[in-house]
Amino acid sequence: MALSQEARARLEPDAAQIIGRYPVSRSALLPLLHLMQAEEGYLTEDGLEFCAEQLGLTKAEVTAVASFYTMYKHHPVGDYHVGVCTNSLCGVMGGDAILADLEDHLGIGDDETTPDGKVSLEHLECNAACDYAPVVMVNWEFFDNQTPQSARNLVDGLRSGPEGISPTRGAPRLCTWKQASRILAGFPDDQAAGGNTAGEPSLAGLNVAEEQGWTPGDDPAGTGSSGPSGSGGSPRRAAAPRPTSGNGNGKTK
Amino acid sequence: MTTVLTPELTAFWDEPGSFTLAAYKRHGGYVALPKALAMQPDEVVQTMKDSVLRGRGGAGFPTGLKWGFIPKGGDKPHYLVVNADESEPGACKDMPTLLNNPQALIEGIVIASYAIDAHRAFIYVRGEVLHVIRRLHFAVAEAYEAGYLGTDILGSGFDLEVVVHSGAGAYICGEETALLDSLEGYRGQPRLKPPFPAVAGLYACPTVVNNVESIATVPYILSHGAGDFASYGTEKSKGFGIFSLSGHVTRPGQYEAPLGVTLRTLLDLAGGMRSGHRLKFWTPGGSSTPLFTDEHLDVPLDYESVAKAGSMLGTRSIQLFDETTCVVRVVLRWIKFYEHESCGKCTPCREGSWWVVQLLEQLERGEGSEADLDKLLDICGNITGRAFCALGDSIEAPVRSSIRYFKDEYLEHQRHGGCPFDPAASTLFAMESA
Ligand SMILES: Cc1cc2nc3c(=O)[nH]c(=O)nc-3n(C[C@H](O)[C@H](O)[C@H](O)COP(=O)(O)O)c2cc1C
Ligand code: FES
Repeated sequence: MALSQEARARLEPDAAQIIGRYPVSRSALLPLLHLMQAEEGYLTEDGLEFCAEQLGLTKAEVTAVASFYTMYKHHPVGDYHVGVCTNSLCGVMGGDAILADLEDHLGIGDDETTPDGKVSLEHLECNAACDYAPVVMVNWEFFDNQTPQSARNLVDGLRSGPEGISPTRGAPRLCTWKQASRILAGFPDDQAAGGNTAGEPSLAGLNVAEEQGWTPGDDPAGTGSSGPSGSGGSPRRAAAPRPTSGNGNGKTK
Repeated sequence: MTTVLTPELTAFWDEPGSFTLAAYKRHGGYVALPKALAMQPDEVVQTMKDSVLRGRGGAGFPTGLKWGFIPKGGDKPHYLVVNADESEPGACKDMPTLLNNPQALIEGIVIASYAIDAHRAFIYVRGEVLHVIRRLHFAVAEAYEAGYLGTDILGSGFDLEVVVHSGAGAYICGEETALLDSLEGYRGQPRLKPPFPAVAGLYACPTVVNNVESIATVPYILSHGAGDFASYGTEKSKGFGIFSLSGHVTRPGQYEAPLGVTLRTLLDLAGGMRSGHRLKFWTPGGSSTPLFTDEHLDVPLDYESVAKAGSMLGTRSIQLFDETTCVVRVVLRWIKFYEHESCGKCTPCREGSWWVVQLLEQLERGEGSEADLDKLLDICGNITGRAFCALGDSIEAPVRSSIRYFKDEYLEHQRHGGCPFDPAASTLFAMESA
């Protein structure tokens, strides 16, 4: 793919804006590479050349950086890039089975794309969502607690159009790979406020604490071995501590 | 009443819109900032020293001390860099914090920058978390609009610019000097220390690199006082932090508690292991910390006690595995991760990780022998301490500890001619259909 004159003219102001964020221009390289993926889906020769020109680097210097990072692609990926976490915990909890099943179902291997160009598959390392294992990512949005069946349904849905498919914790409207790459370049879309992001695991401790009336900063002084000796400022949770019903074993559910 | 859990960073995640500036302010947010700006920067550093907050990114270095290393005066700008790379297997606390309460980080950034005389701060966030990145941009924009960022913050004369910088997939960029190289637009490879970042960090200027949770805890310390914070926890491991439980536990998730809490207590609050199963092994602080077993349920989870029991507190990333899990499979996968993520700069880690994977694969297939276990330990012993950074050292932890506690399980693979475990039994779906 070649970058057209029109594309260059459009991308140059974006590049200038990215470079302007940093005291030293070379810091803009990673976001510029994301920007190239937003335009072309992967890093083409033209894309690498464009980054080099913007930063006064050689193409070799840019390529050396681009080849280091796994999120930069050197061949086209699907509109929906599906990553399955197969690090130890997710793998054991079902990630291995999910990946094998998806490969079988889609007829593609790791790092390959379906012939219609819609879905590509990749095994991922830990994506910082182990409490929602096993985890599948689509264009870097969280699809938590997957099973082989739910993952099949997910990719089937993606192939027939993403309408109605939302991440478990993420933007209501699923971005394409290129749209997601633009956000990574530092040009966010308008979806930050959307989506429920606190599933049960994120609230697990909070729920127990609320049942027990445990709050830091306003525990009556000296009532517990780990209680504070004094307090000041305002506690984060304005509510007064609720009377505790249990004996601290937390088994109230 | 003993406060067993101390939801502070996690306190209002159950509110819709918890990530907004308005919600944060309703829960005591931005009370600390004017207080800090009215103090001398040195006093803020002293408050942090008094709180004895130890860095929440794994190594546990005292945060106030680190800030105090930034040289006074000089003609070079100072920088604050927030490490939001969270990629260690098991670590899953910073991402939900940024999704649900990013303003705590932003307020902490302003206070920290003021304390170290930095006028630019960068948040280096791993790239594979799109919505986290949206929320960070949103939080920064809201803070600018409210006058908490930008020029003359709250009329104090203090200026600060904050940039959200997305990584591109490389675990090693969580190591602070590799992170700095990456932020400068290079391959993320660690630098030789010294010089430490406080002397020559970003663009060779004095730089503080801190974990998300460390910085997000700063507002609490400033608003409640160092003494309040230090009254939680144990003698040398002060305060509270997020403990992340994952794996074969009834209610996995985030449990914010004073340091020194035991797994027995946490597991109790989390409903125990999944029903009908028992704990086999666990990591106290992510995959780079030596495994514990059910013998260690009562070890206080503070830096000293965990170290004394043979492991490390790390990032309090507690991955729990029950008796259906093959320890060889788990360890092999972690080492494959280190093999994949080794940056290639130093030989012991680059080559050693491949050797260890080869041997473990052989053992998993049932083609290994007891002599291979000795060879594994020997190779690991030759990587640790000789690698350029701690990534290499991480290889030894799961290997040595698993051989220590489960040697016979390794050998059982040989007797059985392969893995004796049924992988289906350890899945979440097995759990649900059981
Ligand atoms: C391989 C490797 C990966 C690391 N990854 C992270 C990380 O993702 N987040 C983090 O805060 N610290 C990480 N660290 C630790 C950092 O080097 C550094 O100690 C930390 O960011 C300092 O912050 P703190 O003092 O607030 O803990 C990593 C270290 C190593 C060796
Ligand atoms: S192991 Fe899959 S998200 Fe951590």
